[in-house]
Formats: sequence, C-alpha cells, structure tokens
Amino acid sequence: MNKLLVYNSKKIKLDKRSKNLRSLIVEGLIKSGRGHFGSAMSLIEILRVLYDHILMFDPKKPLKHNRDIMILSKGHGCLGLYAILSDKGFFRKNELEKVGRLHSKLAGHPENKIPGVEASTGSLGHGLSIAVGTALSYKIKNKKNKVFVILGDGEINEGSNWEAALSASKHKLDNLHVIIDYNKIQSYGFTSEVLNLEPLKDKWESFNFDVSEVNGHDLKQLKKSFLKSKLNKPRLTICHTIKGKGFSFSENNPKWHHKNFFTEKEIMNMREEIK
Amino acid sequence: MRKTCLESVFKIAKKNKKIIFIGSDLGPGVLDNFKNEIPKRFFMEGVSEQHIIGMSAGMALNGFIPYVNTIGTFITRRCYEQLIIDLSLHNLPVRLIGNGGGLVYAPLGPTHQAIDDIGIMRIIPNMKIICPCDSNEMKKLMRDTVHTKGPVYIRLAKGGDEIVTNKFKNINLGKAIKFGKTKNILIISTGIMTQIALKIRKKFLEKKIECSVLHLGTIKPLDIKSLKKNISDARIVFTLEEHVLNGGFGSYILEICSDNMKNNLPKINRFGLKNNFVEKYGSQEELLKYFNLDANTLYKKMLRRIKK
Repeated sequence: MNKLLVYNSKKIKLDKRSKNLRSLIVEGLIKSGRGHFGSAMSLIEILRVLYDHILMFDPKKPLKHNRDIMILSKGHGCLGLYAILSDKGFFRKNELEKVGRLHSKLAGHPENKIPGVEASTGSLGHGLSIAVGTALSYKIKNKKNKVFVILGDGEINEGSNWEAALSASKHKLDNLHVIIDYNKIQSYGFTSEVLNLEPLKDKWESFNFDVSEVNGHDLKQLKKSFLKSKLNKPRLTICHTIKGKGFSFSENNPKWHHKNFFTEKEIMNMREEIK
Repeated sequence: MRKTCLESVFKIAKKNKKIIFIGSDLGPGVLDNFKNEIPKRFFMEGVSEQHIIGMSAGMALNGFIPYVNTIGTFITRRCYEQLIIDLSLHNLPVRLIGNGGGLVYAPLGPTHQAIDDIGIMRIIPNMKIICPCDSNEMKKLMRDTVHTKGPVYIRLAKGGDEIVTNKFKNINLGKAIKFGKTKNILIISTGIMTQIALKIRKKFLEKKIECSVLHLGTIKPLDIKSLKKNISDARIVFTLEEHVLNGGFGSYILEICSDNMKNNLPKINRFGLKNNFVEKYGSQEELLKYFNLDANTLYKKMLRRIKK
C-alpha cells in the first residue's frame, strides 16, 4: 500500500468539537442553500488546531498589531474558516446562515472586510505571495509573529505558487508556514488524474522548504507539525485529508466539492450523520 | 524620465521608512545606491511578476509602500488578476512603475510595446494612472505618490524629453496643466504626446491660429473640472495618445464628456494607434512617424479638419 493510502486509511473518529464545527456549516448551508461542502470539511481539523493552539489573535481586536496571520488561500474552503471564526467570536454564528445572500456579511469566498479574514481570496494562487510579503514585512520590522497560509491541492496547479515558493526560500522565511490541504480531489475529479502533483514532498523539499507530512484530521500530528520551525527555512505541512470528511456520502466524493442544492434526503442525512 | 523616477524613489525612501523597492529582473546596476544604502528595503525578485504583485500586496497590508518596477507590458498584462485582486480589491498603496509606455521599445517588437496599458489599467477600480510629459513633472508627481491612497500605475516614457513644465508652479497629481489661454483649437494630450502637441501648437501660432494644449499628466482620476471648462471654451478638440484608440485616453475623454457635459460639445477628434499589433520596428520616433503621429503630419491633418 502506498503512503497516500496509508494516511487516508487511518480513519480518525471525530470528537464532539469537530462535529460541532461541522454542524455549524451544515446548518448554515441548509439555510443559505449553496457552498463548497467537501472543500470545507477537509479543513476543519487544520483550522481547529491553528485557532485553538497555535495562532495569537484577539477576536475583539481583529487587526491587533501583534497578531499572527492566517491566510486561507483556498478561499473556496471559507465555510470552514467562517465556522471557526464565528466559534471564536469574530462574528455571530448565525451569519453562516446567510452566506452569499444580498445583504450578508459573508461571501462565497472570503473578503478581508470580514473580521478575522486577512486577505480576499477565491481566485487561486494568490495567498502564498501575499503571505511571503507579510513574512518579509515581519522580518524587516523584526516582528516575531508567524504567518500561516493554507493552499488547496488543486490550487497548486497555479504557477504563481511556485514563483512564491522560490521567493520564500530565497529569503529564508522561517516565520512562514505553508499548509497544503491534500484531499486529492479538485473540481473535476482526482488530482492524480487532472494534474498529478506527486512526488509532492520532494517538489517542496527541492524548493528548500522544511516539509512534514501528517494526517490532516489527527489533532496531535497537526499540532506537532505546526509548532515546528527550522532556522532559515520556510516550513510546509502536507496535510493528507479526506474531502467531505465526516459524512459517509461526501467522503472522497468529487460530487460534493461544491453543492448548490440540497434535497430533503440529503439534509436529513447530513443532520443524522453529524449528531 | 525613468532615471528621474527611480532616483525619486530612492530619495523618498531615504526619508520614509515605509518605502520599499521591488524590481523583477532589471538591468545590472539599477538603483545600486538604494541596494547599498538601504538593503533591507530593496528587492530584486526575478522574472515572476505574478508573485511580485502578491508580495507587494502582503507588504502594503503591513504598512509599507512598495514601488514595483518592470517593463510596462509585463506589469499590466502578465499579472492582471494580481493587480485587480491583490492590489485594487484590497485598495493597497502599491506603486507600479512601467518602463517603456507606448512605443518606447519599438525595436523589440509587439511583446514589449505598451500600447494598450492605459486601457488595461483604467478599468480597474481604485487604480490611479499617471503619465508625465517630462522629468520635471515626473519629479513633482512622484512626490505626491507617497501619500496617495490605493494603487498607482506610473507610465514611463523613454527619457531625455525636453522640459516643458518648468514654468508651472503647481504641478499636482490629479491636476491638468494648460499651455496657452486661447479659445479656438484645444489639443488634449498625455505623456510625451504633449511634447508633440506643443510642437503642433507652435505651428498653429506661427499661422496666427489660436491653439492651446491641455496636458493630463494624471489620467485617472481625471481633472474633470478643468476638462469641462476647456472643452466648453473650445471650437474644435483633438486628443493625442501613444496608445490604441480603443479603450484608451481619447475614449476616456469622450466617456467623461458624454457623462458630464450636456449641450454644445465641440467635435472631438482622436488621434492614436489602430487596434492592431505593431508590425514594424525601428525607433519610437520612426514608428510615431510611420503611424502618422508626428507633429508635421498631425498638424496637416488638424489643419484639414479645421477647414472643413
């Protein structure tokens, strides 16, 4: 069995907090009607560990000077980000029920006018360069804060990421931590078929990143990797995740990448499985 | 003009710690003084325009004012989405210095000719565009770029142009400059086409025909007040641009007039390039002449239209 399958085969049982965060998304989606379901569900443990254990922030002062920065470059995973931000008190949880509506504060991709969202993303291949610029700014100002950026696996099809990777290693940005949500499914289908990324770890190591691979739903592995840093090198954690994690019908199912309609049966199943 | 522009960046950077310089893969020795004196704020990032714009956005989000420099076509075409999303959507103070506006890189062929850059940039929300006509104006406008909100595109000419603005005391970003006070023929121009407009004006004056030139060194935001007043006063108007006519400077003037002026608009004649790739090489001057955008040809054409 190859390594990718090993990571995926180790089924992680979701605890109450992981289920609650998913439940926020489900209830929001049922009312708002559409969104990137699978892309958000693969991210939950990554975001949870970052906001529970790693990042310095103050939800009452989202622009506080000495905060750490987290950029969700795969903006289509924003339902996951909205869930954790609302859980932390950046805005009210019921905002998730209005995502994408005329007078909603929250769009189908994140915008930096939303408290807690550092950069507007959605079109892919932008976040890493913005993160590099931020990490460089911190170096110039001798700020000790960290910069995290989450990329999608399909997202790194975009060449701009590799320009940014060259730059990050050139500047030895050891305050930069890149996270790849490697759920192995992009919009059309499996990444191995659309545009194969392997050998992914070797690629980033050849760009002079310090790379770890973890199960992206294993809280301990995630925390350990996110706390690591290496002098003079940018860090990268490849998180092997399951698209649509937490629901039997959506796991590893490309059809649940994005949904713009939910049947009564689907709604019932979502609620039933997240109990 | 390019030299003045980059020297201005260095001078500003010495006084203001927020200023950053980012180049792509410029010629050897460019801004060596900046690199040697302020190495922490000097970056040469390689042929990676998409990344450079994103990186400058990250720096601007953290309080810096990056001045980014590369060839005009690369800064406007190559990283268009980064300009729109990373800079304009976030409304960040990044200054984009585009070398070779217009036909400056004539010998290098169509990949390097920035003859669509004004059109490309002017439809981006929050984006400002400046296009000075000489190094004196460049110096004054560069001073203003430090504290201007949002992104700015700076269209550079080749340089060595005659200084024509030294009589003007108030040169400011967003303000037009008027040459002459006459009320008959009005030539509206930007960039180095103002140099040509002034030569045409001289020819008209020699023939005792009144002619004034309205130079718009800032294309966006346009000095609408000055434009309205001068167009209202004129009998016939000509616009000049070193740019394709489609979506360019003259089109912008027509749109502004249509949206802001009601009655009795004089006829506005546009002179510029056709919407084609440039298939000839040579020098900038030779190409301008080839496309009938030199002072002699334009003067004759204008004279014919006046007499109609």
